[in-house]
Amino acid sequence: MDTSRRRLLQLLGLSAAALSAPPVLDALAAAPPAAEPKIGTAKEALTAKQWAMVIDTRQFKKEDDVLPLIEACHKIHNVPKIDFKRWEIKWIWSTEYQHAFSGTASTRFLSEEVEHRPFLVLCNHCENPPCVRACPTKATFKRESDGIVMMDFHRCIGCRFCMAACPFGARSFNYRDPRPFIKETNQLFPTRMKGVVEKCNFCNERLAEGKLPACVEASDGKLKFGDLFDEKSEVRELIKTNYTIRRKVNLGTEPAVYYIV
Amino acid sequence: MLELSIKGTKRYYGWLALLLGLAGVGFLVYLKQLDFGLGITGMNRDVSWGFYIANFTFLVGVAAGGVMVVLPYYLHDYKAYGKVTILGEFLAIASVVMCITFILVDLGQPMRVMNVLLYPTPNSVLFWDTVVLNGYLFLNLIIGWNVLEAERQGVHYQSWLKPLIYISIPWAVSIHTVTAFLYCGLPGRGFWLTAILAPRFLSSAFASGPALLILLCLVIRRVSNFDPGWKQIQSLAVTVAYAICINVFFLLCEVFVAFYSQIPEHMDHLKYLFVGLHGHGAYVPWMWTSMTLMVIGIILLVNPVTRKNELTLIAGCICVFFGCWIDKGMGMISGGFVPNPLHEINEYIPTLLEGLITIGVYALGFLVLTLLFKIAVSVKEEVGA
Repeated sequence: MDTSRRRLLQLLGLSAAALSAPPVLDALAAAPPAAEPKIGTAKEALTAKQWAMVIDTRQFKKEDDVLPLIEACHKIHNVPKIDFKRWEIKWIWSTEYQHAFSGTASTRFLSEEVEHRPFLVLCNHCENPPCVRACPTKATFKRESDGIVMMDFHRCIGCRFCMAACPFGARSFNYRDPRPFIKETNQLFPTRMKGVVEKCNFCNERLAEGKLPACVEASDGKLKFGDLFDEKSEVRELIKTNYTIRRKVNLGTEPAVYYIV
Repeated sequence: MLELSIKGTKRYYGWLALLLGLAGVGFLVYLKQLDFGLGITGMNRDVSWGFYIANFTFLVGVAAGGVMVVLPYYLHDYKAYGKVTILGEFLAIASVVMCITFILVDLGQPMRVMNVLLYPTPNSVLFWDTVVLNGYLFLNLIIGWNVLEAERQGVHYQSWLKPLIYISIPWAVSIHTVTAFLYCGLPGRGFWLTAILAPRFLSSAFASGPALLILLCLVIRRVSNFDPGWKQIQSLAVTVAYAICINVFFLLCEVFVAFYSQIPEHMDHLKYLFVGLHGHGAYVPWMWTSMTLMVIGIILLVNPVTRKNELTLIAGCICVFFGCWIDKGMGMISGGFVPNPLHEINEYIPTLLEGLITIGVYALGFLVLTLLFKIAVSVKEEVGA
């Protein structure tokens, strides 16, 4: 009895292997399509080697100065507004100097004005991003063409390793379905589902159409955007002519967001 | 051999039913989580891993702890452990099953989990953790099952198993090293950013794993005709005693480095855990409980008089087990995430629902453990070991 059961199991195993072999063989043997479809770049698209942002924080005095920028970003990217703190999602927000530059710069005896000035914080699109290193599925990746750290919401498994890896707290997780919390859905940008991570994408969808990021556009020139590796770019000029700081440079991630304080 | 697991007394069936019931409750709550999202847990933007990952981390240790019987038996020919090696291997299997389940219930999109294999990413430690955990599961299944079957037939186990047995020893070390690397390679998380994290994980693993094994051996002595042996239990107790001492020593090394260097990014997490930070200190009583338990464990297990007394041995093992569970579970997770990278404090408290799911996963693990141990014990009774 024992041998016949073993025999039966062997046969079952072999049959299962035989049944599953053809699709695998097909997949391996299939000839590649004659002409791979190519993703082109629109003529008007903005390009760079590494996009970077310079924020002139001197021009932001109070919370009202930053709200339109945050609003512009969150609106076009369908970022939900959830009041319950645990489920909060944010791509760009403002915080105080001591939090923005915790571990970076001296936070004592500041002038009253600097201490309470709103500092915009967002994904730094690091040149050496730890979140990309951590992701087990390449759902978050650094785009080679322009250095933007992007997310594939459809590949993300929601392990949140990238959130632990990010030293800037730039990432949010959809702890529940975000859609009921989006006031007006922008049909030109995807909404997300529960269980995936999201963050600022430097408006790669706008750059492709030749437009600057939404926050930059809404900032009246207080935010500048350009190619870090183009000597003649506006951002390089600003970095050269102003004293700028970046968040946690000691960690070696090379953040691409510069602050003029 | 499988049939041995379903032949038992009424009490045995009752225990299985209880575990199945708890696992069932956990499963129902998990369906709720699947429907709503991880929002039913206490996790948030700042503390993005919680009770699930805490228990996962701890149980990887219990799994790795099994090597403390495998290594002396196979590598040093310590014959006495012949009786308990299979128990160590089966405990490892049940623990890894729980680990993998905890990872699955922690995923936001569990149905996409195969993406880890579809898009293999060698630069991600999580990819390697998947590889080593599954590898360890299969190694122990193959080795444990075949060695036990050979014992039942009264023959020596197959020679091709030998290399697998040797591989399984460093493999046990690897599962916990890789798990530590999940944490200690992240910039900007001062609490985890320490080279001693993997050694510390291993030392607490070699304390908590064998401590649980001792308790399980004592249960087996009561409920079956198989005696794992007092000598074996005593040898294991010595292992636990050394390992828990080393674990506490490593922890004190951490405390010294943080507080002598006075670097806030390293100090603040420890302060948060042990004395509270800026008025937040949900974990202070837990951490001191953990320290107290580990110290009592050391006293009871290092002292030969209390180690050799069954009652105080049991107390010592329970202290070590739960002391490590707090320290390496919630202490490790909450301490790492609070304060957050912007030096803000958002505390994390698990919810009732995630507690129920956690109990469900433990019930599933103990169900696997019970069935496997039942097989092992029945075989041992049969051959009259």
